[in-house]
Amino acid sequence: MEFRSNTSPHITGTGSVPAVMREVLYALIPGAAVFCWFFGWGVLVNLALAAGTSVAAEAAMLRLRGRPVATTLRDNSALLTGVLLALCLPPLVPWWIPVIGALFAIVVAKQFYGGLGYNPFNPAMVGYVVLLISFPFELTLWPVPNAMAGNGPGLLDTLRMNLAGILPDGTAIDALTMATPMDTIKTGLGLNQTLSEIMSGPAFGAYSGTGWEWINLLFLLGGLWLMWRNIIQWQIPAAMLVSLFVFALLFYLSNPDVYSSPVFHLLSGATMLGAFFIATDPVSACTTTRGRLLYGAGIGFFVYIIRTWGGYPDGVAFAVLLMNMAAPTIDYYTQPRVFGHRRD
Amino acid sequence: MPDQKAHLHTCPGGLVLPGNKSVSTALPIVGPVIPARLTLPLQQHIGGPSNLLVSPGESVKKGQPLSIASEYISAPVHAPTSGTVVDIGNYPVPHPSGMQAQCVILETDGRDERFQPHHGTEHYSQLEPYNLRGRIREAGIVGLGGAGFPTPVKLNPGPGREIDLLIINGIECEPYITCDDMLMREAADEIIGGLQIIRHALQVRECIIALEDNKPEAITAIENAIETSDNQHIRVSAIPAVYPSGGERQLIRILTGLEVPTQGLPSDIGIICHNVATIAAVYRAIVEHEPLISRIVTITGAGVVQPRNIRALIGTPISELVEQCDGYTEGVERLIMGGPMMGFALPSDHLPVIKTTNCLIAATRDEMPPPRPAIACIRCGECARACPASLLPQQLYWHAKNSDFDKAQDYKLFDCIECGCCAYVCPSHIPLVQYYRYAKTEIWALEQEREKSERARRRHDFRLKRLEQIKQERAQRLQHKKDALKKTVRKDEDPRKAAIQAALERVHAKKISSGDVAKNVDNLTNEQSKMIDEVDRRRSKKQDSPRETRH
Ligand code: SF4
Ligand code: SF4
Repeated sequence: MEFRSNTSPHITGTGSVPAVMREVLYALIPGAAVFCWFFGWGVLVNLALAAGTSVAAEAAMLRLRGRPVATTLRDNSALLTGVLLALCLPPLVPWWIPVIGALFAIVVAKQFYGGLGYNPFNPAMVGYVVLLISFPFELTLWPVPNAMAGNGPGLLDTLRMNLAGILPDGTAIDALTMATPMDTIKTGLGLNQTLSEIMSGPAFGAYSGTGWEWINLLFLLGGLWLMWRNIIQWQIPAAMLVSLFVFALLFYLSNPDVYSSPVFHLLSGATMLGAFFIATDPVSACTTTRGRLLYGAGIGFFVYIIRTWGGYPDGVAFAVLLMNMAAPTIDYYTQPRVFGHRRD
Repeated sequence: MPDQKAHLHTCPGGLVLPGNKSVSTALPIVGPVIPARLTLPLQQHIGGPSNLLVSPGESVKKGQPLSIASEYISAPVHAPTSGTVVDIGNYPVPHPSGMQAQCVILETDGRDERFQPHHGTEHYSQLEPYNLRGRIREAGIVGLGGAGFPTPVKLNPGPGREIDLLIINGIECEPYITCDDMLMREAADEIIGGLQIIRHALQVRECIIALEDNKPEAITAIENAIETSDNQHIRVSAIPAVYPSGGERQLIRILTGLEVPTQGLPSDIGIICHNVATIAAVYRAIVEHEPLISRIVTITGAGVVQPRNIRALIGTPISELVEQCDGYTEGVERLIMGGPMMGFALPSDHLPVIKTTNCLIAATRDEMPPPRPAIACIRCGECARACPASLLPQQLYWHAKNSDFDKAQDYKLFDCIECGCCAYVCPSHIPLVQYYRYAKTEIWALEQEREKSERARRRHDFRLKRLEQIKQERAQRLQHKKDALKKTVRKDEDPRKAAIQAALERVHAKKISSGDVAKNVDNLTNEQSKMIDEVDRRRSKKQDSPRETRH
């Protein structure tokens, strides 16, 4: 009898890139849901626009580059990029903000470099940073959290606002929006207020901004689930959170009136989203075990620096891109000791 | 109870794989069926081929040598039963490349008559290790765990190498394979017997039998056998079932915490490893005078009706073993020799069982689906986490793919044991091991090329050098003649004075070289000599004093 031939190994595991990306998407659901709960329908509108644009842009680019379109789209990576980008955007931005961001992320940051696996920078963060630099005003359009406003604009109102720029009757944009907690702190400190004065305001909850603490906690939950599912490893998130915590603690202890508490940092802005979902993007991160620890710690360090002394309220995107740049070098110098070789 | 985990160390990487083992352990091992024809390749081992001793038409008896080891690393082949040699020629053999090789074709006569070897029947303990090795060598025993390295060579660590630990490897970490498990269950006393022989041959006291903690029957059988044999210094160590902990280097690391240096052998660190089936074969050879003519083979997979273990004569066609398992099931698609991780695919079942055939897997499409299309590496690092050699498989892949072989070697390509863990976990389904094999083959080819041209270059250089040497010698001879002429001319010098001066110089030189006299001490002032004397006195005192206190 004759048999089909092949080389070893003859069996393979069940893991696949589409499955990995799908699980990451699932893990984002709780955080995204609370985000939506606190900040309204705009989150969903952004998600739809960014994800749709990402997938469409990926399809168009693949076709232009003569790559298989249907099979590649199935890897879910473009979808994930769009979703991550949307989760960084303020919910009241006009429709073209997520669209431009997603276009830039997929076309320039990903496909120009050769597509999945070849992009040195995290595409979602490139898209976000481009928006932040080009449209700083739009990116401050954070609504008043629903929990405080009693009730935010409904789905139709949101659609009308985001897509057509029509505000609900009798409201001004200023009444709908409000500075983020980190912005508030920056401004307050600039006015020589102490932290405890600033944080007694209505925008703050028990540990950080109203709503933000919950959003962060649920992204943390999703991240832990990913770890448990073996989709991500602990090194990058742990190193990032520990280093952010340690730097925040050092300065906080030196002067608690000026420097926010470490817990505030862990539960503010994009900390948890960044630690578990953005910094862990395998393509642009470090791959060695020790390298990942350094990489994560570096992100935590830069996040703290940028938040505390930088010109932008949150620093996750810049910190991730900075460490993306360093990743190949870190990988090179943190190669593990090969079995049977002495450490040299 | 075996000392579980008590002395165990960790090994990098590795995978817990679905075992698929119980299907083939339900039935006991069945004895050999003598097929009509046996195909016996002359090379079933690592090393030089064996030299033929028989010719077509000759009748041979069971256990008669058909060939003789051609060099130190080689092994003879024996007739597994009585019959007639009908042909000697090239036939397909089980090999990853599907090649043909020289085989003896034996038509069996069914009488199974034994060949009477003429060596003595002394108890092994009366034999010198040297003689014992000779008998194991004559019996054609090679490593039965899969590699097929001649066993007597491993029993001779060489002068000056102390062996202080013998490891008997009962780990079958690859899925499906159960032949060693069944052997341990059914013939534990052969294993302990073989162990004592090997211990005598190596003159080593400490011994560990290692097996996986998911083989309770085998553990009990081995422990009972140890008890009845009344042996000291045999430890049974049950280790967790992680692939590839049965690899020699991995197992040594797990049991002792030591790492065999990459270019070295286990004997470099005083350890020797033998597979359980190998030492059972040693037992049969030394105590029962039966050379290696059969082995236990696992026939398994969803592609056979009744998976089981069979003691098969070497040379038995695989198709006949499948018959013993009630044939193939519908949907059988692939035939693998060895395990699913490191074994190789056989193109057909008209191939013989050889000494290293531990397992045959007849697989259906569900069991071993065709490879999925590969996509780009997403640098997830899963491969590095799984790699038991602590390599960075994705870097190796990158450089192998770009044919950047120097870089691949910088990343220690040749430390890759081709275990397949990386390819198993890769979510992008990249056939990583294929790239490594490709790179290794290319590098070997390049090296051979280089060696060839290097040899040619050396020959050329050598010739140039010789020509140069001849030229120089000629010139020197000429110079000598000239000098001799000159000396005879310089008559004005006093020959006696010159001789005295020369003798003085010789003495001085001798003193300096023997350290009696410091250099640059001629022409000293008085004060300087005094100081030196002072220092010398102090120094000698210092040297003396500790010796005195020790009295
Ligand atoms: S497992 Fe595959 S995809 Fe992941 S880093 Fe290794 S080669 Fe790349
Ligand atoms: S095949 Fe080589 S590179 Fe891959 S896991 Fe095994 S040893 Fe490591």
